[in-house]
Amino acid sequence: MLDPIIEFQDFSFKYRAQQEPTLKQISLTIRQGEKVLIVGPSGSGKSTLAHCINGLIPFAFPGEITGTYRICGQDPQKLGIFGLNKLVGTVLQDTDGQFIGLTVAEDIAFALENDCVPQEEMIAGVREVAGQVAVEKLLHHAPGELSGGQKQRVSMAGVMVDDVEIFLFDEPLANLDPATGKRAIDLIDQIQKKRNATVVIIEHRLEDALYRDVDRIILFGEGEILADMTPDELLSTDLLLTNGIREPLYLAAIRHAGASVAPQDHPQHVEQMNLAPYIEPVKEWFCHVTLPPKKEAGEEQLRIEDLSYAYDHDINVLQHINFALHRGEMVSLVGKNGAGKSTLARLICGFMMPDHGRILFHEEDMAKLSVKERGDRVGYVMQNPNQMISKAMIYDEVALGLTVRGVPEEEIKERVYETLKICGLYPFRNWPISALSYGQKKRVTIASILVLKPEIMILDEATAGQDYHHYTEIMEFLRRINRELGITILLITHDMHLMLEYTDRAIVIADGEMLTDSTPADVLTREEIAGKAYLKKTSLYDLALACGIEEPAEFVNRFIYYEREHREN
Amino acid sequence: MAGRVLTYEEKNTWIHRLSGVTKLVFFLLWSITSMLSYDTRVLIVMFVLSLVILRASQTKWKQVGGVFQFILIFLIINILAIFLFSPDQGTTIYGTRTVLCHIAGPYDLTLEQLFYEANIILKYLTVVPAVFMFIVTTNPSELAASLNKIGVSYDICYSIAIALRYIPDVQDDYHKIRNAQEARGIEMSKKASLTERIKSTSAILFPLIFSSMDRIDVVSNAMQLRGFGKTKKRTWYSAKKPERNDYLVLGFIILFSAIALIITFHDGNRFYNPFQ
Repeated sequence: MLDPIIEFQDFSFKYRAQQEPTLKQISLTIRQGEKVLIVGPSGSGKSTLAHCINGLIPFAFPGEITGTYRICGQDPQKLGIFGLNKLVGTVLQDTDGQFIGLTVAEDIAFALENDCVPQEEMIAGVREVAGQVAVEKLLHHAPGELSGGQKQRVSMAGVMVDDVEIFLFDEPLANLDPATGKRAIDLIDQIQKKRNATVVIIEHRLEDALYRDVDRIILFGEGEILADMTPDELLSTDLLLTNGIREPLYLAAIRHAGASVAPQDHPQHVEQMNLAPYIEPVKEWFCHVTLPPKKEAGEEQLRIEDLSYAYDHDINVLQHINFALHRGEMVSLVGKNGAGKSTLARLICGFMMPDHGRILFHEEDMAKLSVKERGDRVGYVMQNPNQMISKAMIYDEVALGLTVRGVPEEEIKERVYETLKICGLYPFRNWPISALSYGQKKRVTIASILVLKPEIMILDEATAGQDYHHYTEIMEFLRRINRELGITILLITHDMHLMLEYTDRAIVIADGEMLTDSTPADVLTREEIAGKAYLKKTSLYDLALACGIEEPAEFVNRFIYYEREHREN
Repeated sequence: MAGRVLTYEEKNTWIHRLSGVTKLVFFLLWSITSMLSYDTRVLIVMFVLSLVILRASQTKWKQVGGVFQFILIFLIINILAIFLFSPDQGTTIYGTRTVLCHIAGPYDLTLEQLFYEANIILKYLTVVPAVFMFIVTTNPSELAASLNKIGVSYDICYSIAIALRYIPDVQDDYHKIRNAQEARGIEMSKKASLTERIKSTSAILFPLIFSSMDRIDVVSNAMQLRGFGKTKKRTWYSAKKPERNDYLVLGFIILFSAIALIITFHDGNRFYNPFQ
């Protein structure tokens, strides 16, 4: 048995500002060289645990600790945050914010600089780790010139350079597109094997995180450890489901088919799983589910005609984009980070002007309209609600758009109250926004656009970084306004689950070109498209093939329909 | 991002290779000399030299043109204002009054006034290229490193470097927020009146401040997690050792400023007077 490297004994922690402890009587041992995945919904205590391991608790976030804990056999309280740094390397979720240096090389060297390492040694050390994460060609690049995946690799190099024993990844997948996320998981795996390091990954996107083997999964809920098992064992229970973690889709399908998964069939990876016992029930279930007839598309609202855009007239960001949106649709706009999705949204909103092509709203060319006038027709919701909210009170924030339009006071009141009721925010109307959760703030920003009665709403990464519970909450809310108010919704996303579960159509962009405009199930079962757009084909596809179902796209469609029906009942 | 105005751009000239402190000292002494001296001969020499420096640093019009035009507008306003408020400043200084033509009321166009204002233009034109040279050829992290080496505490040095690191990000945030608020109907273009625009600025500033504070949280945690502030000293990846050229440039600028100031002040007056 290897030596324990992280040990918690009856450990509790209470933040100074809080009444209740966030971690309650945790006992946990992680051994040298293990790879452990920690899952749990937001607020379950998993990030707090990470902060205890890397020393932000109690040195940056003070609070009350009871029980004992040891990192590498030493007392963290005595090591201090800087002593812990030498043992634990942390890669944070925000790929942008944690990039400290002005260039890649300086960022990697940051920890060495603080250790007073001589310059020549530093240059050699940086070159070596940069090679290990394949950023050696980017050493003189500024963060603005890097993709999200590259920035994350630089952050990894920045902790590798310090020869730490424990790697701690705090939601490494949150800001990456699926294919880049897959590569990140692969790289973490390689680093761990090469250095025989201990790796702790905190992530709620379970299926993606399990792309490479982990030794154990630890499930957190309300500050306690609910399960500490091998992946095969945990995936065979219903603990994930009951604790708000999305289980891998292929396992969900098997469960819908009425079968229960057994650990000896190795459910960790769909490719290696013994599917023999499940083929019959899955097939039967597939024949049993029938789809309702297709909904007729409404009238055309927005049409994009041969749209092209280039920065500085030389680098083409978008080329020859054509598509239309119809009343009442919910459409996803997908593609890898930096493919041009956000540029397209900006062109539609009039923040930028196209070099070529037209954008028509009910056959009217929008080129002549100002940003404000376009805003009356097409509403735009930013990814980060904190970047939209400018008032202290909910009522004022939602009323802002009407106030600046000079709408009479009485009408504003009526419309704001009506919108707040739709958004479930009416009881909070006189609350300060600072008292709201992230999801509620998101709803405030949506309400502040909704009140202007646009026909179409564009949402940029509406659910980025949200756990399954909050994701469902936001998306169900959007589905409701889509259905009840007939508002057309265009979602910019790289979340394939979102695209599959909530949208009827997916417009796929890769390297500035439109690859396809099709059903999500079709996109995620066609290898050539998924590959080019940095998406990942869904595991349902593999399951369908393994079960000998000849129309995998149809299988995916039925699965989604079945899940929707289930959720609503 | 391509085409950012007035930011450091990596190039390989002897000016770029100089240490940041050398350039800072040069820039400071140069500006002080130019500010103190009204000696036209000195200013002309400095003007010619600053053009040479600008050329040697391979600074492109694209990098500085926009800002230069902006400065030019100020310059024009400045010299017009001087004429408006003291049309006889030249006579007061040089002691003679050579009227070229009468304009209106108390306003005469005198040769002395023209000469005086030409000196002011020259002063602008000697300082501005030095500012440009300093900004576009000095790597901020290297400057931080060399400031630290001459004794400035590294917290201060690093905050300069990190401010420069995040300026582009904050600029991007600003544009994003502004766009989204415009789409909500908050008019920021020239169509709105000035008071309206000032009012609606708060709709951009508050979100910008709050999201920047989130950013600061992340950065300061990330910095602590990687040992920033651990010891009293730190080394710098992009530090540069002073080389022969640095000493030469420093020697030159000290000597040059001294001579320039001696020439300027030897007659007890900082103006060069061609009228007597």
